[in-house]
Amino acid sequence: MTLVLQQLIIGLTNGMVFALIALGYTMVYGILELINFAHGDLFMLASFVALTLVGMLSIADLHGGALFGALLLVVAACALFSGGLNWTVDRVVYRRLRSAPKLAPLVSAIGVSFIFQNLGLFWGGLSMDVMGGGVAAAAPKAFPDLLPSDNLLGEGSALRITMKDVVVVLSSLAVMAGLFLLVRFTKLGKAMRATAQNPTAARLMGIDVDAVIGWTFAIGGALAGFAAVIYGLYINTIHYQMGYQNGLYAFTAAVLGGIGNIPGAVLGGLVIGVVRAFSDQAIGAEWQPAVLFSMLIVILVFRPQGLLGSTMREKV
Amino acid sequence: MRASHWLTISLAAVLVLGGCKKSAQAGSGGDPKTIVIVSSLPRTGSANAQTTTIVNGIRMAIEEAGGKVGDFTIKFEDWDDASAKKGDWDPEVEAANAEKAANNPDVMAYIGTYNSGAAKIAMPVLNKANLPMISPANTYTGLTKPGKGEPNEPQVYRPTGKITYFRVVPADDIQGPSAVKWMKQMGAKSVYILDDRNLYGKGLADTVEATAAADGLKVLGHEGIDPKAQEYKSLMAKIAALSPDFIYYGGTTQTNAGQLLKDMVAAGLKSKFMAPDGCYEDAFISAAGAEIANGRAHLTFGGVPPEKLTGKGAEFVKKYEERYKSKPEAYAVYGYVCAKVVLEAIAKAGKKDREAIRQAIAATEQKDGALGTWKFDANGDTSITLMSGNGVKDGKFDFITLLGN
Repeated sequence: MTLVLQQLIIGLTNGMVFALIALGYTMVYGILELINFAHGDLFMLASFVALTLVGMLSIADLHGGALFGALLLVVAACALFSGGLNWTVDRVVYRRLRSAPKLAPLVSAIGVSFIFQNLGLFWGGLSMDVMGGGVAAAAPKAFPDLLPSDNLLGEGSALRITMKDVVVVLSSLAVMAGLFLLVRFTKLGKAMRATAQNPTAARLMGIDVDAVIGWTFAIGGALAGFAAVIYGLYINTIHYQMGYQNGLYAFTAAVLGGIGNIPGAVLGGLVIGVVRAFSDQAIGAEWQPAVLFSMLIVILVFRPQGLLGSTMREKV
Repeated sequence: MRASHWLTISLAAVLVLGGCKKSAQAGSGGDPKTIVIVSSLPRTGSANAQTTTIVNGIRMAIEEAGGKVGDFTIKFEDWDDASAKKGDWDPEVEAANAEKAANNPDVMAYIGTYNSGAAKIAMPVLNKANLPMISPANTYTGLTKPGKGEPNEPQVYRPTGKITYFRVVPADDIQGPSAVKWMKQMGAKSVYILDDRNLYGKGLADTVEATAAADGLKVLGHEGIDPKAQEYKSLMAKIAALSPDFIYYGGTTQTNAGQLLKDMVAAGLKSKFMAPDGCYEDAFISAAGAEIANGRAHLTFGGVPPEKLTGKGAEFVKKYEERYKSKPEAYAVYGYVCAKVVLEAIAKAGKKDREAIRQAIAATEQKDGALGTWKFDANGDTSITLMSGNGVKDGKFDFITLLGN
């Protein structure tokens, strides 16, 4: 029983990270019907920014309030970086392909993803202490263990909840709530929903569609930046190829929840996290991807629109 | 429009750069006085730190000979068998390297591979071309020893029936039992075994499981992992409920050993961690983080660490440090010895002929070389069976004990 609870905690915490990345996929898809394949790699680049900052500001040596403040700064910088980069990519690449056939932006996104990966590979080769001196550019980089990982229930307890888990879950929930409020209650949110429903009509109503799309990329990117910091703090390893794996799971989460649907992406992420944990527990670690994707297929066969997706086009 | 051109150009640049990073083209050949030695090792990815020192070792041996053996000029080419796509050795690249070497009449020896899985691909190709291959690092037992791997091993790697493959490191039928012996020496009663489902890792984990069962070390479980997974927290939570004395991982740095160790600690496990020589490189410590690895990580290695080498071996380490201004990793001396063996064989054969050189390599007898005194047995294996057990202290590998016989 304790073990079931333990796996649930691990699953939900991991799921939060997938959900945060999934939001970026689902928002862009909702508004443009573009699968932004570069999103996972954007997340990866943001994690390199985070690690670089951690190294430059010697954050590993800080404690208490100073550590908290420094982490907020890292979060802000990463969100700004990846939001800005995502906006720029849209401005420079996808925006020019708005009226092109659907495949053109898709293939461009794959191209951008490769460029990002190579940037990550280059970044890992910088001669910084946090990058392992840059000796092996492609090697996984250790992200310092900044949050205390003592068991909050006492070291004797079989169940293990750490400050790390609490921080990951609570801060992710706060960010998601913020996003929900933004989309539901602000003028920009309304414009985003309108653009998602019908770009032409939105334009006729005087909405600057391109600006709204730009904002969508910026917000989705910022979420990836936040996720990158959380990922570094929780998993403690970053790697130039991690964008692919995490992107794949997050994209799957978005599809599972109903692509284009914001609560759906969160639900999808959590479901994937939990299924992974229980598959490791009950079946065996080597079967994890097989179990996960079989489940995806079964769900999509019975609910092609995803868990929360509607057949109606109501997106973002 | 301009921006999309820019994108196309940068994409093309990325592709071209990726392509060019591979080896320089082998010369068209024909010079009867030039002998080419190639190495095929993963030069892209985290094994690169290790393979760089292997290549440095090879270059040192050739430099010591003045780049010549008798009338022959020795040319060395450093080939990569990894791809950026995989970040690790790539079967396609290894196959292409083997074909290229086999078809170049100037190539007289193939030093490699680093990964046993890659050797499996190159061996039959080179065997058909009768091109001697000598590995500084492969340890999978089935590559050479009949009856210890799959039923069709090792014949399947020797289509011509001749022995063209040699290795200078002891194989895993020695490393696996040494690991079990060491765990028992440290007082372990139980072990949980994981492997990366690769040829090398799984082979080794299977040997450890079989030996442990026979030696009275309780095996609480054995399962494969997905080496590309982000984390192993739920796996470790499951193992934590069994609280084994040791977790043994049959795998390498490149198959995520660092993350496993990290998550073991995060799950609150008090177990120790043991892994084979595939993790015996600095990249492993930097992946796991020194704090985590200190005192917990235990690595077996098919030889003794550089600082424990004596005689010619110690001389090698000293010269290496002078020449390259850095410390050699564990396998550097094996690269050096591989090149030495090849150069001596060329001298003995006295002609540019693959068969003559192959026979000379097979007859190698090293007396007081960098690895001591040894020779190849009928399977192409080294007669050395000495291994070492190493821990991690203050973020550095720390020799603990000698294992094996």
